[in-house]
Amino acid sequence: MSAATNQALTPVGEALDSRAGESPDLVLSEALVLDPVAGIDGRHDLVVRAGRIAELAAPGTAELEGAERIDASSLHAFPAFFDPHVHLRTPGQEHKEDVETGTRSAAAGGFCGVIAMANTEPPVSTAADVEALREAAREGASVPTGFLATVTKGMEGEELTEMAELREAGALGFSDDGLPIRSAGIMRRALQYQRLCGGTIALHEEDPDLSAGGAMHEGVVSAALGLDGVPSVSESTMIARDAELARYEGGRIHVQHLSAVESVEAVRAARAAGVRISAEATPHHLCITDEEVRSLDATRFKMNPPLRAEADRQALIAGLRDGTIDCIATDHAPHAAEEKEVPFEGAAMGVTGLETAFAAVHTDLVLPGTIELALLVERLAGGAEPFGIERPTLAPGSEANIALCDLGAEWTVGEDGYESRSSNSWCAGRTLTGRVVVTIAAGQVAFRLRSFSVGAA
Amino acid sequence: MKHLLTIEGLARAEIDSILDRAESFAEVGRRDIKKVPTLRGRTVVSLFYESSTRTSSSFELAAKRLSADLVSVKAAGSSVDKGESLKDTIATLSAYDPAAIVIRHPHAGAANLVAAWQSEAAVINAGDGKHAHPSQALLDVFTLRRRLGSLEGRRIWIVGDVLHSRVARSNLTAFQAMGAEVTLCGPPTLLPRGIEELGCDVAHSLDGIEDADVVYALRMQRERMRESFVPSIREYAANFQIDSRRLGPRQLLMHPGPVNRGVELSGEVIDSPQSLITEQVASGLVVRMAILYELLAASGLDEPATGGPEGAPGAPTPIGQPA
Repeated sequence: MSAATNQALTPVGEALDSRAGESPDLVLSEALVLDPVAGIDGRHDLVVRAGRIAELAAPGTAELEGAERIDASSLHAFPAFFDPHVHLRTPGQEHKEDVETGTRSAAAGGFCGVIAMANTEPPVSTAADVEALREAAREGASVPTGFLATVTKGMEGEELTEMAELREAGALGFSDDGLPIRSAGIMRRALQYQRLCGGTIALHEEDPDLSAGGAMHEGVVSAALGLDGVPSVSESTMIARDAELARYEGGRIHVQHLSAVESVEAVRAARAAGVRISAEATPHHLCITDEEVRSLDATRFKMNPPLRAEADRQALIAGLRDGTIDCIATDHAPHAAEEKEVPFEGAAMGVTGLETAFAAVHTDLVLPGTIELALLVERLAGGAEPFGIERPTLAPGSEANIALCDLGAEWTVGEDGYESRSSNSWCAGRTLTGRVVVTIAAGQVAFRLRSFSVGAA
Repeated sequence: MKHLLTIEGLARAEIDSILDRAESFAEVGRRDIKKVPTLRGRTVVSLFYESSTRTSSSFELAAKRLSADLVSVKAAGSSVDKGESLKDTIATLSAYDPAAIVIRHPHAGAANLVAAWQSEAAVINAGDGKHAHPSQALLDVFTLRRRLGSLEGRRIWIVGDVLHSRVARSNLTAFQAMGAEVTLCGPPTLLPRGIEELGCDVAHSLDGIEDADVVYALRMQRERMRESFVPSIREYAANFQIDSRRLGPRQLLMHPGPVNRGVELSGEVIDSPQSLITEQVASGLVVRMAILYELLAASGLDEPATGGPEGAPGAPTPIGQPA
C-alpha cells in the first residue's frame, strides 16, 4: 500500500527543516548500489551533483570535475533511512536530547530525515511551538527534521488542538504519542477534522485500563518475575477501535510501534477492509523478546510497548515481510542515566535506537537469513510516505539521500560513546555487524564515520 | 554462592546444605549462650524500604547472634525519605564496608541491581516487589523438612493471591526444587497468566485439596476488593478460606504471616495442631543465620582474618572444611 495520503509527496529536504549547508559533488565509485523500490541492484559509480543523484555510471567510469571521490568498492549504497518516530526531547528535557544531538544521532544511523514526537514539556500544541521547533531545526539539525503536533491540547485527551493552524505552521501531522487517545469520541472528532486540515494521525495504541501499572509484557516471564504485565490486547483492542473509526470517517491513521501478534492481525484486517492505515515496528521489537528482562538487572530493556514474546516477534517479522508493517521506526527515546539506574519496575520507559537501527536488524535478522537485505533497506525508508514525504531513493534525478554502509564492519555499541546525549541504548555493549560510514541527507554530508578514511581523489 | 537473590539457580544440594547448617544453629539456640563469634568484626547492613516485622527482626537478630555489627536502615526517617536514590544510598552504606546487605524494596529487581552495582558485599534479597522472597522459601522448606523428612513426591497446594505474592513465586520454585508437586489455587483474577508454564498445576477451586499433604495459604489483602480482583472478601472467603471443614487431620497448614483471621484462614485452623505457622517464625531465625553464614563465613575462608568459627564451642564449621 502506498502513501494513502491526500497531499502529493514532497522530497525530504523540501518537506522538512535542517541547517543549511553545502552540497558537495561526490562520486561514490564502484559502490554496491541497492534500492529495491527503484529496481536498482548492482555495482555502479554513484554520482551526486548539486545535491541530486546525477547518474548511476558503470563502475570505474564516472568523472566529475571538482567532485570528491570516495572509494566505495567495499561498501553498499542504500537510499538513506527515514525515521517517522523519534523523541528529540525539546523543549523541556534538553538534559536527555535536543534537536542538535538527536539529529546527529540520526545521521550517524544513516537516516536522512526524522519526525519528532510532540510529547515534550510542554507538549507541542500551538503554532508557536511548531514554529520555534522548526527554527531550532533550521539552526541545528544535521538532517531534515519534521514535527508532529499533539492531537489534544497538552496531551490531556480532552480538547482538540487547533489542527488547521498547526498544519499551516508546518506540523507534519498529529500524535499524542507517549499516551493513547483514551476517548473514542475525541478520536472520532480528530478524524473528522482531519478532512479539513490533512495530516496523518499517528497513534500510540494502548488501553490504559488494561495496561495499568504494567512494567513488561504479560506472559510467562512476567508471571515468573511477579511484574505487572501489559497484555497484548491493551494494544490490539485500541488498534481495532481506531481502525473502525478511521474507516467510518475516511481518516488516515498510522499505528506506531506495533508489538504483538494481535496487533499485526488487527492492522492486516484493517488494510484488507480498505482502511487508510499504515504501521511501524521498532528494531528492538523485531530483534529481542521479554526473555531479556528475566535477569532484572538491565533497565535498557524497559520500554512502552514492552518487549513481547517470541511468537509476537515472529508475527512482526511476518508483517514486515508481507507489507502489513510499512516501516521500521526506532521510537528513539533518550533518558538520563538517573532515570534508568533504578530497579526495573521504577525505571523510565524508552530506549535509544537511531545509531543502531540498521546494524541491529542487519545483525539479528539479515545475517541469519530471516529477512533479505533488500527488505530491510526498503522498510528503513518506508516511514516517509505515511507522512506525505517522498521515499528516499537512488533513482537518477532524485534528491541525494544516501546511506553508505560497510556490511562487514564489526563494532561494539557504546564503545566510542554516542552522538545522542543519552546512552540508554537497548543494545549497549553488543557487538554488531554492519555500520553506516557516510550519510548524505538532502544532498549534504550529514555524517562521516571518524575512522572512515576518505579515498584520495 | 555470592548472593541470595532468588531461589532460581539454587541446586537441591545447595538448599539442603543451607538447611543442614540451620539445623546446627537450632542446636546452638537451645543453649544458654546463643551467640557465636563467626561474624565478629564484620558488618551487616539491613536496608528496608518496606515495612516488615518478621523478616527484618529475624535477619537482624540472626546477624547479632553471629556477632556481626549491624546497621539497620528503614526508609522512613532516613535520607531515602529525602529523595536519595537507591544507587546513592548503596554507595553511602558501602562506605562502611559491609560484608552483607540485606535489602527489601517495593520494586522487583532492586536486589539484583545492588548486586550489580557493588562487588564487595553479599546481597540478600529480603523481598523485592512481587518478585522473590528467597529466605522465606528456605525457612518454609526447612520447617517442612523437619516435619516430613523429605519433600520428595509431596503434594503442596499454595492457595490465594498468587498474583501479588513474592512468597508464592519463591516457594513454588523451592518446593519444586525439593521434589514436591505444587498446585497453585485461587480465583483466575489472582493467578498470573502463563503461570502453569512454570511446571505447576493450577486450580480455581478447593476441590481436590484433600489430596494435598501441605496447604500453604497466602495473605489476602482487603484492597484487592477495591481493584475488582475479587467481588468481595466475603465471596473470597466462601470459596477459598481454609477452615476446619476443608483441612484434614493429616494435612499440614502453613502461612507466611501476617494472617487475616477469618479471611484466608479460619481462627480454628490457625490454632490447630496441623498449623506450622509459629514454627515457621522460629525457623526464620536459624535459616537466616544459616544464609548469612553460607554467604559470609564460607566465602570468607579465602580471607584469613575474618573471624572464623574457632573458639566458638560447638559452632558450625565452614562448608568444605573438615568438621
